[in-house]
Amino acid sequence: MTDTHREHPNYMAIFWWLLALTILEVGVIYLPLAKTAIAILLVGMALTKAALVGLYFMHLRFERVTLSLIAITPLVICVFLILMLTPDLTAVVHMTEKTTAPAEAHH
Amino acid sequence: MSEAATVDHALEVPPAETPLTPESWGKLGMWLFLAGDAMSFGALLAGYGAMRYASGDWPNPAETLGISLTAFMTFLLICSSVTMVKALAAIQDGEQAKFIRFMCLTILGGIIFLSLQAYEWTHLIHRGLTLTGNPWGASLFGSTFYVATGFHGLHVTAGVVYLTCILIQGLRGKYGPNNATPVEIVGLYWHFVDLVWILVFTFVYLL
Repeated sequence: MTDTHREHPNYMAIFWWLLALTILEVGVIYLPLAKTAIAILLVGMALTKAALVGLYFMHLRFERVTLSLIAITPLVICVFLILMLTPDLTAVVHMTEKTTAPAEAHH
Repeated sequence: MSEAATVDHALEVPPAETPLTPESWGKLGMWLFLAGDAMSFGALLAGYGAMRYASGDWPNPAETLGISLTAFMTFLLICSSVTMVKALAAIQDGEQAKFIRFMCLTILGGIIFLSLQAYEWTHLIHRGLTLTGNPWGASLFGSTFYVATGFHGLHVTAGVVYLTCILIQGLRGKYGPNNATPVEIVGLYWHFVDLVWILVFTFVYLL
């Protein structure tokens, strides 16, 4: 009989990390910090959790580089999308200020 | 006759391998699908962010939606991801009974998640949050919330169906240490659903 047992990553360690980060995320929103600081912490922890799932549960760490390149592509495109949306967002804010100004003056 | 034989023989020649050739074409196909799907979710979340930034009366999601239930739903999906990798490890080690048990637990996790989402939606609809109405401010809040979480819920539903199909095949003894790739592929899909929820939870509920 051949031994079919393989070496597997320590999935339970990843589970505990994910659980700890989720608890920290929920706790962070109640901290007396600036909104930007909380947002940076939350995004950082969410990306760390996503990376842990991708690298260990989806085995990207042990796969050929082709699959990692495919996995990283949507992230790059989404960052590009956000950058492309930024000018539109600032334009919307200016428009809102201009259109609401007369109404406020009326009151 | 000889021409036909030549054509048959030509069809049997395996494609040439390159350094970029994957271990499994099925796995490559799933990754390509997931990359496309990730861009759909990326567009939804970017749209959510853009509308929130442009709105002056966007409600605080953590206060409006309540996060204790969704935090538990996140925990549930993380647990179901663990049972999924355990199921894959079991079939790779030739432990059929363990594989079936972990697959059942993964499916159960998905079903409980969907039930909790249905409960959450019903609760919010009763409080007045609909696709077009929001008693706490910007009406687009309801639209973006239901579209983003609904699109994810649709993926969980598809995942539960997909996992059930793999479980049925597993019960028929189709998988083993030398044929575990379909289990690995369904696992990729399920972990992706978990990964997306991690981002949805942060961007829609916590931020």
